[in-house]
Amino acid sequence: MSLNKERKLNFALAINEALTQMLESDPSVMLIGQGVMSPWYVGNTCKDLLEKFGEARVLDTPVSENATTGAAVGAAIAGMKTIVVHPRTDFAVYALDPIINEAANWHYMSGGASNVPVVFWLIVNGGGEQAAQHSQALHTIFAHVPGLKVIAPSTPYDVKGMLIAAINDPNPVVFIDNRSLYGFEESVPEKMYEIPLGKGIIRRKGKDITLVSFSHLAQETLKAAETLALEGIDAEVIDIRTLKPLDEKIIFDSVEKTQRIAIIDSAWKFCGFSAEVVALLAEKTSLEGKSITRINIPDAPAAASNSLEQAYYINAEKIVSRVKNFCSDKVIAN
Amino acid sequence: MKYSSTLLEQLYHMMVKIRYTEESLVEPIMNGTVRCPVHLYTGQEAVATGMCTHLTREDYVFGNHRSHGHYLAKGGDLKKMIAEIYCRETGCAKGRGGSMHLISPENGVMGIVPIVAGTISLAVGAAMASKVRKDKRVTLSFFGDGATGEGVLYESLNFASLYKLPIIFVCENNLYSTHMTVKKIRPPQKIAKIASPFGIKSFSSDGNDVLKVYEVSKKAVDYCRSGKGPVFIEFFTYRLRGHVGPDDNIQGSHTEIRPLSEVEKWKKRDPVLRFAKYLISKKVLSQNKINQIIQEVNNEINQAHTFAQNSARPLANEVLEYVFK
Ligand SMILES: Cc1ncc(C[n+]2csc(CCOP(=O)(O)OP(=O)(O)O)c2C)c(N)n1
Repeated sequence: MSLNKERKLNFALAINEALTQMLESDPSVMLIGQGVMSPWYVGNTCKDLLEKFGEARVLDTPVSENATTGAAVGAAIAGMKTIVVHPRTDFAVYALDPIINEAANWHYMSGGASNVPVVFWLIVNGGGEQAAQHSQALHTIFAHVPGLKVIAPSTPYDVKGMLIAAINDPNPVVFIDNRSLYGFEESVPEKMYEIPLGKGIIRRKGKDITLVSFSHLAQETLKAAETLALEGIDAEVIDIRTLKPLDEKIIFDSVEKTQRIAIIDSAWKFCGFSAEVVALLAEKTSLEGKSITRINIPDAPAAASNSLEQAYYINAEKIVSRVKNFCSDKVIAN
Repeated sequence: MKYSSTLLEQLYHMMVKIRYTEESLVEPIMNGTVRCPVHLYTGQEAVATGMCTHLTREDYVFGNHRSHGHYLAKGGDLKKMIAEIYCRETGCAKGRGGSMHLISPENGVMGIVPIVAGTISLAVGAAMASKVRKDKRVTLSFFGDGATGEGVLYESLNFASLYKLPIIFVCENNLYSTHMTVKKIRPPQKIAKIASPFGIKSFSSDGNDVLKVYEVSKKAVDYCRSGKGPVFIEFFTYRLRGHVGPDDNIQGSHTEIRPLSEVEKWKKRDPVLRFAKYLISKKVLSQNKINQIIQEVNNEINQAHTFAQNSARPLANEVLEYVFK
């Protein structure tokens, strides 16, 4: 209501606002998935949507990931703009057929005759002793497949603009989200706006090393960069925001300047996002004089026990120590 | 059916063991010593007890997120289970799994996972292995009403029927799938009916009366073991606790999930109290004997908690252990 530009919103409510405004402004928008009426599943992201827009357009579904996702794809083929939520990425594994075989290939298979404006919204929620089937960050599986865009915003401002852009995008977009961001608050405009998919952003300018990340780890990386600055390492922090299509240029330009890069990824190293960035650097730029490192979770499923979780997940502290080691020649001796 | 008093006492003992184990977890969950998600089986004890009593140690059981009762009824070790719930190295999955990943292959508890319907097809596979080996094992696949939304259940029914596999599909219909009533997730038809189109023999039964469970289970196990093919059973029951953790409040601000009057109604059908009353009325057990059983069980449970709390957590440098064998 107000024109107050400084209005603050947390990440979950920024999602809620994007969904509300899209449902309000475009009658072809629908939301479907498990837990849309339960904060226990999806935090406040779907608050009041069912009440406001009714059971025809906002559906809390049975445990039927494959059918639910396929239905979202089919409705999109039939002219709706659908968003399908999976409160754990792991549950969406049941839905790989409609995502990978159907939605991703559809436009191409039909020679461009049909397209699929669907958003697959998957929430990663690692930790809390929830073990292997409640924590997997499977960004890379989707990024591997042609036909899917993959986004992973890290701020309330971005998530609102990118989610709106994703819903309006005529292509299937996989939006991978992290529950640990939900409480993060910043000023978010009330008006509707779009942030173009496929564009990274420099969150912090620096000259000594490029740190590339996305989603909640972009925030951890930013925190790490502040600590590193105190140690004499001036890091440039890139939040890539979209894994595919990837903003290669923003990475290449930064590395050209800093000559060093650490890629920080919430998933496994082998065949993953960090491997892709290194491959692109090697293929498309000169590596001479440059040094590269990757920070990933260990190549193991997530264990339940807290002692193993601490060893497993990446946080700002771990980023600091890994980057300090990597840039040991830059650390001020004291 | 005629029951020996030994059998009746054995059934009661197992139900008490499951109930008091579940209730012993409430406090550690509330005070944060147990941190992993815990789905309590309180209220459904008769199902696991009645079903597993007919099984031998070699028979197979697969379960889901709410499987403490299945694990115990099939002979799983209490200490190892409690230690797993505390995510300790001495747990049955060495602290890697927590409450939702119990396992005890030596007792036929082949695996338990929280992906809804995730083990149903695996159970079909185990039954297939038994058929190949002609080892006469029966496999039990436990799942909830929520799992009837998943396609893999229907694929599994078709498959099991085609190959006449020795598997019993056990659906514990406790009327809820997390925050959703069964009315919201299924057309109003008996779940037991879903097996008929596949030509699978099916039963439905009161799941809060252990003797009824025992009887239907005997029929099912006999049928299955004699090579006639799969069986499907729907048990009507109710979880007296929340979906995850002790109460519904833990599921966020959505506390109105279950009407209090409904919970109260089902408390009157509490399978453990109901069976105790029956045993007393039939003079099978005296109140003293019952108190003694409860006391013994509680001692065992307390020891299990102490064992778990005194056990070490897995070491951080072992994070890559068990990735491959
Ligand atoms: C594939 C998958 N989707 C969603 C979930 C989240 N989830 C956990 S338990 C549950 C409901 C299960 O209900 P039911 O099968 O009736 O078992 P109950 O909890 O009632 O014992 C859901 C949806 C999950 N674990 N796995």
